[in-house]
Amino acid sequence: MNRASPAQQPARRYIMSLSEAELRARVAALEAENRLLKTRVIGYQKGDTGGKRPRTDDIVSGCSEHSLSNHQIKRYSRQLLLPSFGVQAQERLSKASVLVVGAGGLGCPSSLYLAAAGVGHLTIVDHDSVEVSNLHRQISHTEAATGESKALSAAVACMAINSSIQVDAWPTGFKPHNALELVQRHSVVIDASDNSPTRYLLSDACAISKTPLVSGAAIGFDAQLTVYCHGSQGPCYRCIFPEAPMPRACASCSDAGVLGPVPGVIGVLQALEAIKIVTQVGTPLSQTLLLFDGMASSFRSVKIRPKRPTCAACGQQPTITADSLPAYDYTAFTGSTGQQLNGHDQVRVVDVRPVEQFRMAHLPGSVNVPFLADDSSSFPGFVKQRAVALLHEAGVTEAVDIHGGLQAWAALDTSFPSY
Amino acid sequence: MVKLNLHFSGGLELLFGNQKEYSVDVPHEPPSELKVGQLLVWTRDHLLTERPELFMKDKTVRPGILVLVNDVDWELSGTLDSELVDGDNVVFISTLHGG
Repeated sequence: MNRASPAQQPARRYIMSLSEAELRARVAALEAENRLLKTRVIGYQKGDTGGKRPRTDDIVSGCSEHSLSNHQIKRYSRQLLLPSFGVQAQERLSKASVLVVGAGGLGCPSSLYLAAAGVGHLTIVDHDSVEVSNLHRQISHTEAATGESKALSAAVACMAINSSIQVDAWPTGFKPHNALELVQRHSVVIDASDNSPTRYLLSDACAISKTPLVSGAAIGFDAQLTVYCHGSQGPCYRCIFPEAPMPRACASCSDAGVLGPVPGVIGVLQALEAIKIVTQVGTPLSQTLLLFDGMASSFRSVKIRPKRPTCAACGQQPTITADSLPAYDYTAFTGSTGQQLNGHDQVRVVDVRPVEQFRMAHLPGSVNVPFLADDSSSFPGFVKQRAVALLHEAGVTEAVDIHGGLQAWAALDTSFPSY
Repeated sequence: MVKLNLHFSGGLELLFGNQKEYSVDVPHEPPSELKVGQLLVWTRDHLLTERPELFMKDKTVRPGILVLVNDVDWELSGTLDSELVDGDNVVFISTLHGG
């Protein structure tokens, strides 16, 4: 009789909580992983490397007082030799789990270094797939992985470096409904994301669960690094930026450009900070912001405020809690919808559906002007096309019909209900 | 006059003629000290070349900008009322989101 061990139950509950779409995505991702792994195995059998598979035996030396195997001692010897690191730090590292959110320009180098250093459990989250334009900086992904899940591709790259650790890929992305559960299962989190809503979500989840968050960001030749939610005094992202910047003040790598080594530098430093935190070696970069200027090749370290007592996430009376977080509208808070819709925030969305439907769900910032066409029973989209035509007749020539309407929106934004 | 070194980064330099460093003499009458709030207005009126709404909102910096006086968060020195003297360094950083 097969019965799930107690250790398997949280993972089982987690899988049970996933929607059918997420399960399908996971199955598709596992199939993709299988293909990737087979590709690698075939490459191996051709014998072009001539190398040996790493030994993963767990023989523990009889004359030692630690839990490291002989293979681990050999493998990690160069860091074990460090007086300030040693056997105890390596043991802590091998028991630690790190969540990496984003498998891009920051997440690739940070996860590779964490895997190589021997972190016990690595989880890599990213809902995106690999594109050719990613390859110049997202160094875990190979040309062969183009079109595959970034999370899986990055996980495969980590496993290729270190087969003795556990690496999980989450290709369904980091969302309000799974954020807390994912964060709580790890000792430290790396913010390697590329957008404002995810950065606030990560910070809130880490503030609630008191999990240190190593936050990196890069664009062009500029990059920033700090550690949030650390210790009793460390601020969270919201303590520093209680109000989200407007979307047009936020450039992304895809529209502003970035030179590969710039996020590379910060991703590697994120791995270093995560290792320091889980091994309790050195001083973490809490209440300090490190600024990197790639053009001038200079680092600048500045002191930032401690935790804000009135912070909505980590203050004395937080309004963002484990109960409220899953329903928090991060796209509305950061005003990102307008940007996704039209590339700038000067757009006004007029929702012409009946008020009942508007109340069920609507885009943040949209206004409801219910419009009844002469033949409202006709095909979907007719009503808004009539409304736009009437606006044009009335002289509002810039009015446009959003093709596909909210159904098309729901196909892209899975947090938006389709009905 | 108060002699200051200003530094813009994180993309803010694009609003200041794509120049990151400025050494400036800000007009000021003693005996009271020059405050960061006054410097913001002077900077907007004399150095900023485009889109003032991406630098200031009402009387302060827009959300997402961090101000540092001598490499210390202005929250620790009184935000708009932080006092400035000759030789001080003031850094304006826009938070980055890319990865």
